Amino acid sequence: MDATGIGLWGVPLAILGGAIRVSTPFIFVSLGEAITERSGRINLGLEGTLVFGAMSAYAVAVMTGSPWLGLIAAAFAGLCFGLFHGWICKFPKVNDIAIGIALMLFGSGLAFFFGKPFIQPSAPDLPAIPLGAWSDIPQVQAALDVNMLFLIGAALAVFLWWAFRNTRAGLILRVVGDSSDAARAMGLNPNTVRLAATGVGGALAGIGGAYLSLYYPGSWTEGISSGQGLMAVALVIFARWNPLGCFAAALLFGGAGALGPALQSVGVTQGYYLFYAAPYILTLVIMIATSSPSRSLAGAPGELSITK
Amino acid sequence: MTARFTLSRRQLLKTSAAGAALGLASASFPIGRAFAAAATVGFIYVGPKDDYGYNQAHAEGAAALKGIEGISIVEEENVPETVDVQKTMESMINLDGASLIFPTSFGYFDPHMLAMCAKFPDVQFRHCGGMWNKDKHPMNAGSYFGYIGMGQYLNGVVAGHTSKTKKLGFVAAKPIPQVLLNINSFLLGARSVDPTITCQAIFTGEWSLAVKEAEATNALVDQGADVITCHVDSPKVVVETAAGRGAFVCGYHANQSPLAPEKYLTGAEWNWAKVYKMFVDDLIAGKPLPNFTRGGLADGFVKMSPLGPAVSEPARKQFDATLAEMMKGGFSVIKGPLTSNKGVVVATEGQAFAETAIELESMDYLVEGVVGSTA
Amino acid sequence: MTDTVAGAPATFGARGYPAALEWIARRAEAFVIPIAALIVGMVLFSLFILAVGKSPIQLYETMWRGGFGSWFSVQNSLSRAAPLLLAALCVALPARLGLVVIGGEGAIVLGGVAAAAAGMALNGAPSFIVILVMGVAGMAAGGIWIGAVGALRHYRAVNETISSLLMAYIAIALMNQLVEGPLRDPASLNKPSTQPLAEIYRIGNMPGMEVHWGLAVGVVACMLSWVLIEKTRWGFAARIAGGNVRAAQVQGLAVGSLIVGFTGLAGAFAGLAGMLEVAAVQGSANASLAAGYGYTGILVAFLARHNPLAIIPVAFLLGGIDASGGLIQRRMDLPDATVLVLQGMLFIVILFSETLYGRFKAFNPDLWQRSS
Repeated sequence: MDATGIGLWGVPLAILGGAIRVSTPFIFVSLGEAITERSGRINLGLEGTLVFGAMSAYAVAVMTGSPWLGLIAAAFAGLCFGLFHGWICKFPKVNDIAIGIALMLFGSGLAFFFGKPFIQPSAPDLPAIPLGAWSDIPQVQAALDVNMLFLIGAALAVFLWWAFRNTRAGLILRVVGDSSDAARAMGLNPNTVRLAATGVGGALAGIGGAYLSLYYPGSWTEGISSGQGLMAVALVIFARWNPLGCFAAALLFGGAGALGPALQSVGVTQGYYLFYAAPYILTLVIMIATSSPSRSLAGAPGELSITK
Repeated sequence: MTARFTLSRRQLLKTSAAGAALGLASASFPIGRAFAAAATVGFIYVGPKDDYGYNQAHAEGAAALKGIEGISIVEEENVPETVDVQKTMESMINLDGASLIFPTSFGYFDPHMLAMCAKFPDVQFRHCGGMWNKDKHPMNAGSYFGYIGMGQYLNGVVAGHTSKTKKLGFVAAKPIPQVLLNINSFLLGARSVDPTITCQAIFTGEWSLAVKEAEATNALVDQGADVITCHVDSPKVVVETAAGRGAFVCGYHANQSPLAPEKYLTGAEWNWAKVYKMFVDDLIAGKPLPNFTRGGLADGFVKMSPLGPAVSEPARKQFDATLAEMMKGGFSVIKGPLTSNKGVVVATEGQAFAETAIELESMDYLVEGVVGSTA
Repeated sequence: MTDTVAGAPATFGARGYPAALEWIARRAEAFVIPIAALIVGMVLFSLFILAVGKSPIQLYETMWRGGFGSWFSVQNSLSRAAPLLLAALCVALPARLGLVVIGGEGAIVLGGVAAAAAGMALNGAPSFIVILVMGVAGMAAGGIWIGAVGALRHYRAVNETISSLLMAYIAIALMNQLVEGPLRDPASLNKPSTQPLAEIYRIGNMPGMEVHWGLAVGVVACMLSWVLIEKTRWGFAARIAGGNVRAAQVQGLAVGSLIVGFTGLAGAFAGLAGMLEVAAVQGSANASLAAGYGYTGILVAFLARHNPLAIIPVAFLLGGIDASGGLIQRRMDLPDATVLVLQGMLFIVILFSETLYGRFKAFNPDLWQRSS
């Protein structure tokens, strides 16, 4: 083996490292969206929330010097966007998908508008935990430099999976998502529950944005997201509204995304566009393989417009 | 019109086609405000004009013109290479009275700028990219471009001295001639220091794709590269990611040293201010604008970022010596004997291509020592 | 206001009001509410502009001049609206069946590539044949791509929203691979493209206008789609199936064919948009095909409430805002994102205004009290 490079081992290591590095925004956005969709609403606007979260986190980190304040700002901004979506969609005949698309424009627009002065300055990054310190190989150390948010995301996925089944809040969420009428019969106000669910979902998407600008890739530019928020929303359907599934889907997506550059770095250079499409192809193939008309969309919330 | 209008009426009339077009435009669109100046110059960017890269380099050039008396600047950013850019040019002419337009993105030329050249024969268009050909294209069109290969060669010289692993990394957008020449120049510069050095190239496939650029940088560092450079529209992500992994970086397009002051070695930058000033001086003087302008380091079209603190003394010496030689003229980056990384001879012993050589414009190979493929 | 309104019978309605008045009142809602929403959105945006220290009056004046105020500006807006018409149909048609397809972008780029490939293969043939075959190739590529989304939905129960989005990314990768590989014109050095179409195979502008024929094609496609949805039994069947698949099957409707047919047609329209982009604008297929029209089309379709006729004015409005965005940047020193903020605000208010339909007595003669 080469003294400096790690040769073919780079590929699995890059997939592991990529899964950890790239997946975190997907984890947060898809967990947030899972909560929202479980309540019976779909918020396609999380792409805009993600971008606005990235901008506000970066801006606050630049101004205060603290990435943690940036993170809080992003979560708060996301909460506001989510609450706004939740509030406006409670009115009859207002289409949640359409409002989401408008919010996508609005969030990105505001982020680009106010983000101009923050493209030049450098913000402090969120710190990472060196879980790879046991290894002498710098590449392994680098791949296992895990950001706190990744671990929080993993814990959150497990918690939500448990909470959806075993807590009163989880039960309320599922009842509201499955049938507004049943919820009302139980004395619940579906609009209030959905407002809260969309707000929390937005806050999580904002945190995902903070990860983008404050950790990986760790900079604020207008091209920071390249559609990750939209993709994460789609992954929720792929994961069948299961938080553990969301986590796994995000890992799969992040890992597959690292495949293209890693293969090129070990000399597989033909057809790299197709390797770059690997995450999408893989997801599509898995979806086709695991779907069947007889047990369609098990776990789909009954009130969700996109699956009706 | 106003007090700021300092050119005499005769001078204005002398400004030939450009002036006439302006006169017509302002007569038919008496909007005021925008016509306080003798000539309006339009700049169109494909991305945000503060991207720390390609567009910023042009915008800095445009900013250098603000303040020149008699010239007013109009700018539009994030204009895609579709019918949008045609309409933007038309709008600059019809509504702002622009008499000289710089569409700065490569993809603006054909068919978009050519369509507008035919439609507005009295307006001057100058495109960044060296595509203009007097047999094929109208006289109100033109090209300007810089030869930045030598800049990447100098990047390579410093990188070659700095690298301990003898492996360099290059994050590239697409395998097109300009990019390939930059990769080759970077490696050849490094090999002028140590002929065993190799350079790994990774193509991201897009001009601007933050996460993929970061992944490519990580993959390069994982393979042992300890000096990274790039050719993407916005090098910010590559520079920050590489520095974060402890690798050194060479910049591109603009000066990125504030992003990683300790790790930034040097960088190949555009100096568009000089080019734009030259055009505008001709415009004010009423001289016909050149149709084809190209230049490199020696002509001041390209400049190097100041050397960073990590550059060693021997590196500084060789950098200065090579730069001095380039400034004298006659320096060739691509010269024989040279084979491609597929073993094909691209330059025989004694053969040397000047930076202006037409052969280099259709470069489709990576030289020996570059790990990567052009397709 | 009595019986002077042309087209409306000069009789009196059940409540003693002139029938013409009732006729107007019922239809006024569909115009008054969106226009009022537009005004409210503009007022809200004025506050935003005031807050960042600029003059809203100057802004709207600039917008008017840039997007609507002159024949040049109108043509500018129409040019930008042209691709959005077909892109929006790619969303609106499946929406009739209750399907949310968001991957029209993929059909557009593949339609463009297929059309360019067809044009290259037939180089030398008479121009009308080449243009026709290019159109068919573009429509076929787009139709198969989105039709596959519909087929996957019906036969494998794969959610169409996610599959269409995934397939859009795959289509763009495919386009890049083809344009930089087998279909690349070796002479396209620094911008990999297919071979440029000969001048005779290009689609030009409509007479008397600076807007290419794609606009007319888009308008006709919207009209035909409206007829299909509103006036044919397929459209009727689609609406039933969109409401309730089981009910449709009980009634003996071939739901599978409906879904594949509608999604296929939707994709064909998007593919045609790609073909027009190649034949009327770019002259060859290259990465500029992925200009985001497919995504803007989603917005247009939802704003038009998936009504093909309403797509036409909505696309024009969007094109106009886009066209004026440049002038706003140049004249007012505001960033390009200003128009994104405006679009976001306007559309949120317009979409919110849907809740107002049926709430105003003035628009509902059934609630009027008897006049005598």
